Amino acid sequence: MGDYIFSQNHLLGIDHLSDKDIDTILETAESFVEISTRDVKKVPALKGKTVVNLFFENSTRTRSSFEIAAKRLSADLINFNSSVSSLKKGESLRDTVLTLEAMNPNIIVIRHSASGSPLYLTTFAKSSIVNAGDGFHEHPTQALLDALTMKQVFKTIRGLRVAIVGDILHSRVARSNIILHSKMGNEVSIIGPPSLVPREFEKMGAKVHYNIEDGVKNADVVMMLRVQSERGAGNYFPSIREYRKHFAINRKVFKCAKKSAILMHPGPINRDVEIDNTLADSDKSYILQQVTNGIAVRMAVLYLLKGDFNEPIN
Amino acid sequence: MSLLIKNGLVIDPSTGKDSKLDILVEKGLIKKVSKKIEEKGVKKIIDAGKYVVSPGFVDMHVHLREPGQENKETIETGMLAAAKGGFTSIACMPNTIPVNDNRSVTEYIIARSHEVGVVNVFPVAAISVGLDGKDITEMADMKEGGAKGFSDDGKCVMSADLIRKALEYTKMLNVPIIEHPEDHSISGDGQVNEGFISYKYGLRGMLSAAEEVIVARDIILQERINSLLHLTHISTAGSIDLIRNAKKKGIRVTSDVTPHHLLLTEELITSYNPVYKMKPPLRTEEDRQALIKALNDGTVDAIASDHAPHTFDEKDSEFEYAPFGVIGLETSFNVVYDKLVRTGILSVSKMVELFSTNPARIMGLDRRGVIEPGAHGDLTVFDPEKTFKINNEKFVSKANNCPFNGWKGKGSIVYTITGGEIAYQA
Repeated sequence: MGDYIFSQNHLLGIDHLSDKDIDTILETAESFVEISTRDVKKVPALKGKTVVNLFFENSTRTRSSFEIAAKRLSADLINFNSSVSSLKKGESLRDTVLTLEAMNPNIIVIRHSASGSPLYLTTFAKSSIVNAGDGFHEHPTQALLDALTMKQVFKTIRGLRVAIVGDILHSRVARSNIILHSKMGNEVSIIGPPSLVPREFEKMGAKVHYNIEDGVKNADVVMMLRVQSERGAGNYFPSIREYRKHFAINRKVFKCAKKSAILMHPGPINRDVEIDNTLADSDKSYILQQVTNGIAVRMAVLYLLKGDFNEPIN
Repeated sequence: MSLLIKNGLVIDPSTGKDSKLDILVEKGLIKKVSKKIEEKGVKKIIDAGKYVVSPGFVDMHVHLREPGQENKETIETGMLAAAKGGFTSIACMPNTIPVNDNRSVTEYIIARSHEVGVVNVFPVAAISVGLDGKDITEMADMKEGGAKGFSDDGKCVMSADLIRKALEYTKMLNVPIIEHPEDHSISGDGQVNEGFISYKYGLRGMLSAAEEVIVARDIILQERINSLLHLTHISTAGSIDLIRNAKKKGIRVTSDVTPHHLLLTEELITSYNPVYKMKPPLRTEEDRQALIKALNDGTVDAIASDHAPHTFDEKDSEFEYAPFGVIGLETSFNVVYDKLVRTGILSVSKMVELFSTNPARIMGLDRRGVIEPGAHGDLTVFDPEKTFKINNEKFVSKANNCPFNGWKGKGSIVYTITGGEIAYQA
């Protein structure tokens, strides 16, 4: 263990991390949490480094979170937003990235609707690549900030029961969380209509439930996912009315979880669709703390990839 | 005008030849096959003492892209690729621009192929006008113009009524309907095989069922109609079961598989490299084993490449945005010989059936796929011991989207002979 150093050049997904890597990111993030409570919310850790936010999908939350994280580490940051895909614009992703790299950034944070795009960038880009969400594949910083939130509440990130409810099929957040909690040895239940929760997910280490009360029973964490109608999820169940009846979380269903259980949601939430309005605002809800933790986790990731931590040790 | 191939191991399953023989080709036709043929007066002699001589290979499923997409491939470059890969005859699919759905396009392809001349090109024309699945094309006219089969390849005929009518109509033409079995309402905008890997890697899937429901539908229709039905690039164990049972019942159906479905599986897409993106998608190891088994028990009749050239830039992209398809003309024989014949899974004779005898028969190619006096002088000569290394920068095809790039092994084409002329020499 003494020889362990964070050895990743990129953050492509939770799948690529060891449990030790995850612990290291969380511990580093914990040390960064305090910075955001200071009067002067800035440390010089990444002074002189350049971070590019390369976003091919609409995103305010994640993009802003990375931007604030980079700035609190004193990195220079530029936003490159393109709601239309590079392909439709006529320039290939390779050309877009090579053009940006001609300006010598250190880290490229990419969000893209096509799964695997961050891995594709690593085949030719020189920068460190951070996956800020790729298609239905992974959203590793979200799973890490979720884990940090759980760790703050339960003082550990092991031995937990995590229930994830909703559109598993189209959710990169679900995938990253399932993989993370499997790696940490936690019990994961996934709950939703069968059309959105294929049985094959059990091979990733999750248990499938079609009944929400069974699925959240004795859970420490109930994580609700947004119904992603923009990804065509609407065809997978008959109506929001019926979905809400079977898969929304309300106080009655939430009572099936442990007394100490917490409610999480990666946002943006659809109030009174997947989540009962009053429960979302109750003291069981850690939704806003998740957002706050996003800054610390993204600071940790940027720092570990290009901070002094990775300068030659010997 | 005359060519003598001496002392090669001649393997022709259709006539039962499997011994060292001399073959004399004159005026484009095989004149004589026997133990010893006099060399006197022969213009060109090939010493095939270390080689195997097969009836010319036939690839019944390729895309030549011309007319319309000459940036991907042309009739000429595709034909040269075929010759290099040992193919003396290729059947080209109709999804050109414009679509080969009328006699003028059919005749253009044939005329252009005659100008190039190195191999035989047999156009497969469209089943439906514009490949739009609505109205059947002027099939009899196109057959007169040289079409050897009909297919809406890439787009499965989704209307059961239309495929019924196409099968019925072609009964009088005696040419095959070649179906690309894919229920588009199931496969949708799927990218890869649907299952654990597609779920884990976040790629939209195409269920095996998308292929199998069409295989089943067509077999059921064919049972009554008894036309000529060929199911192309079969990829699932379920399809194999359906075809095997149909054949057992005596239903007239034939099928082919590709080298990539025989040798690769869906695990490769975890690299998100679009060189592994094609339709049907790479499937599971269980499917792959079922395909291999089906080669030997006669369920699968032919190996075809589904040679689908795309430009480098088209394939150099996000997985989801890359077009479907891989090339295979220049590598099919190498990889199949090395991985399936040298390993003892297929006999050389079985391989020749799959590469020549059967596809020639299915496509109704008169006096091809056979070595006997009077047959066309189409011969493929290969060296079973000669090593190959696949290098996608050295293809004569315009494209390099080959999933076997870098593969090494033994078994190389040394001569491709079309109509008694040397089309390719290593």
